[in-house]
Amino acid sequence: MRKIAIYGKGGIGKSTTTQNTVAGLAEMGKKIMVVGCDPKADSTRLLLGGLAQKTVLNTLREEGEDVELDKIRKAGFRGTWCVESGGPEPGVGCAGRGIITSINMLEQLGAYAESENLDYAFYDVLGDVVCGGFAMPIRDNKANEIYIVCSGEMMAMYAANNICKGIVKYAEAGSVRLGGLICNSRKCDNEKEMIEELARQIGTQMIYFVPRDNMVQKAEINRKTVIDYDPTCGQADHYRNLARAIDNNKMFVIPKPLEMDNLEKLLIDFGLGG
Amino acid sequence: MKNQEAPQGEALREKVLAGYPAKLAKKRAPQLVVNHTHADGQVPPVKANVRTTPGIITQRGCCYAGCKGVVLGPTRDIVNLVHGPIGCSFYAWLTRRNQTRPPTAQDENFMTYCFSTDMQDENIVFGGEKKLRAAVQEAYDLFHPKAIGIFSTCPVGLIGDDVHAVAKEMKEKLGINIFGFSCEGYKGVSQSAGHHIANNQLFKHVIGLDDQAPEGKFKITMLGEYNIGGDAFVLEELLARCGFTLVATLSGNSTINQFERAHTADLNVVMCHRSINYVADMIEKKYGVPWFKVNFIGAKSTAKSLRKMAAFFDDAELAARVEQVIAEELAKVEAVAARIKPRCTGKTAMLFVGGSRAHHYQDLFAEIGMKTIAAGYEFAHRDDYEGRRVLSSITVDADSRNIEELEVEKDPKRYRKILSDEKRQKLASVNFEFNDYQGMMPQMDDETLVIDDINEQDTQRLLELCKPDIFCAGIKEKYSVQKHGIPCKQLHSYDYGGPYAGFQGAINFYQEIDRLINTRIWSFIEPPWEVAASPTLEATYERG
Repeated sequence: MRKIAIYGKGGIGKSTTTQNTVAGLAEMGKKIMVVGCDPKADSTRLLLGGLAQKTVLNTLREEGEDVELDKIRKAGFRGTWCVESGGPEPGVGCAGRGIITSINMLEQLGAYAESENLDYAFYDVLGDVVCGGFAMPIRDNKANEIYIVCSGEMMAMYAANNICKGIVKYAEAGSVRLGGLICNSRKCDNEKEMIEELARQIGTQMIYFVPRDNMVQKAEINRKTVIDYDPTCGQADHYRNLARAIDNNKMFVIPKPLEMDNLEKLLIDFGLGG
Repeated sequence: MKNQEAPQGEALREKVLAGYPAKLAKKRAPQLVVNHTHADGQVPPVKANVRTTPGIITQRGCCYAGCKGVVLGPTRDIVNLVHGPIGCSFYAWLTRRNQTRPPTAQDENFMTYCFSTDMQDENIVFGGEKKLRAAVQEAYDLFHPKAIGIFSTCPVGLIGDDVHAVAKEMKEKLGINIFGFSCEGYKGVSQSAGHHIANNQLFKHVIGLDDQAPEGKFKITMLGEYNIGGDAFVLEELLARCGFTLVATLSGNSTINQFERAHTADLNVVMCHRSINYVADMIEKKYGVPWFKVNFIGAKSTAKSLRKMAAFFDDAELAARVEQVIAEELAKVEAVAARIKPRCTGKTAMLFVGGSRAHHYQDLFAEIGMKTIAAGYEFAHRDDYEGRRVLSSITVDADSRNIEELEVEKDPKRYRKILSDEKRQKLASVNFEFNDYQGMMPQMDDETLVIDDINEQDTQRLLELCKPDIFCAGIKEKYSVQKHGIPCKQLHSYDYGGPYAGFQGAINFYQEIDRLINTRIWSFIEPPWEVAASPTLEATYERG
């Protein structure tokens, strides 16, 4: 089983990209579990056709320690298992600790057991790696591959670089590696070239360039992934390509995050000059 | 057992520092100082109240321990509710052996209870305010206390539970005084931060709520006396016999109502300067009550303190009563001292404890002819070593800035000018000092060693090199010290002995020290078969 964590700046499209890619992998016949690691619990909405999932933490709270696996995972698009970690209301408690608790619970309940015959487990993690709890999915024996969703916007690249710093810490101590950057296009100038160059300097690859298409928005409004909503459209093929690229990926590295000056130079060279 | 060749002064200091790696020795060096009092009373500076380097086995406790354990621990009618996982509450429960004596068996005494919100994983993830609110309600329903204090443990600060908002809300709901303390364990460099936080909150939420002073003449409030081993009982009786009216004690054998009226005294006397000087200063600024330092540990210090208090009130009858009590008591004390002194004279002591105890107890040792050769505090600041004269030169670091400094102003209605200018001048002419603390070092001999925040390595070296006749510290150090064949007297909890305050306390202490250092038991630490000169057992074995 490959265990993959998706990181990236808030609002960059992590959940959308993850679910659409997972739909592509599911279509290829892969057995997948998606674990949403965001207190908002909206990481599996498109796979489930709406916000229909009860979170691990809420279930734990209501049922106590005798939770059954069936209570916290639901089958979504093509049998994909969907789990939402959940967490506190904004501004209270500790969401990071919540993620630790729910991933431990999933492990205890055997969600990753061989008998489950999973090909992939995906962790869709909230925003930046703000504290130890949000780094849980990349600690040893949790996720072993990471993809960072970014775009050609300054703050998205800055966040991607920052996340790489977090990865280095855990990569040096364990088995987690960076698999690549996924560019979720914002139609910036020279976006593809710039992200390819950023990836090169970090020591990784831009694994795929997902163009911007209003079809994604349409499918979301209909609570579906693009592949589910309109399997024949061009955007569906892009997600299939991304799924295939991840499935065939062999390039796993410990990233070399950029100094701030170099990152800014990259933006000037490509964003203004290119 | 005494090591005649023991190194002293700088030689000793260097031998203790030799145990550290070079970089750490450099950092640690300013915390180990050879004492030398100049003619003007100045002593060398000691680096104090700085973070302990991780890896060092320090004596220190945490901020929460200082707030909940030291300052509020001795209170009996406040429900002290710990917001946190159960261990923080359980291991802070009755650990300092503070005593208390409610007037009747029907009066409240919550000291024997252990109150906790017992935080679980779920409360960390989703926030613990709801559980805290429920715990406050439950405590209220069960006990109907006059007040509830809420103490924050480490996780509370991390997840951002607002204990003050909950306190305010429940105070309005239940109509009793409820106040919170942001005394998370990791704040500050030691328990000293917790004392300051406790002082601030008591000043903000409790002191000054009741303007009704108790009946009586010569009203005083005693600050920084925590009734370890019954010390406060001895002092209460002593003060009453002398004719003083004790308005309040912070916080030994106290009640919340005493705290509320603490500002109605005409004089504040401070025992433990470190833990409570903040309250003394704030009460003076807001209500005009003057303060000075006293020491009721040691018979001579007790007599001196009582005389100074009598001089403050400037009343012939009071002074006569004080003199009479001193004469009666000193006669008893001196009789015991005369018997014990020959057995203890010339023996040596080391004291590494607290923020004032390492100083105060030197007096008791001196009274039976013993010499303090090394001393230091666990959590004191520079002023406790060198005297308040250095206050203005203490650099405020980030750790201290992290603790609220209250802005206190004169209360326009309740500020009292207790001393007339004329009287203040008269007192000044006889070198009567207010707001004073000379610190520990000016009282110690030159060439003695002062060590701040002592640790296991320093302790082991001192014991090996100097072989003192007694070492005073706490439970954490006790048994590793005694393995050297040197008795260790706990001065946090008195080893279930005491009281040691006042005249009766002095007698108790002399007898205890005599018992500890003159017992033969320490000569049996080495088993007979490892003592070279011991007779060998011989026997024959015949093959049958």
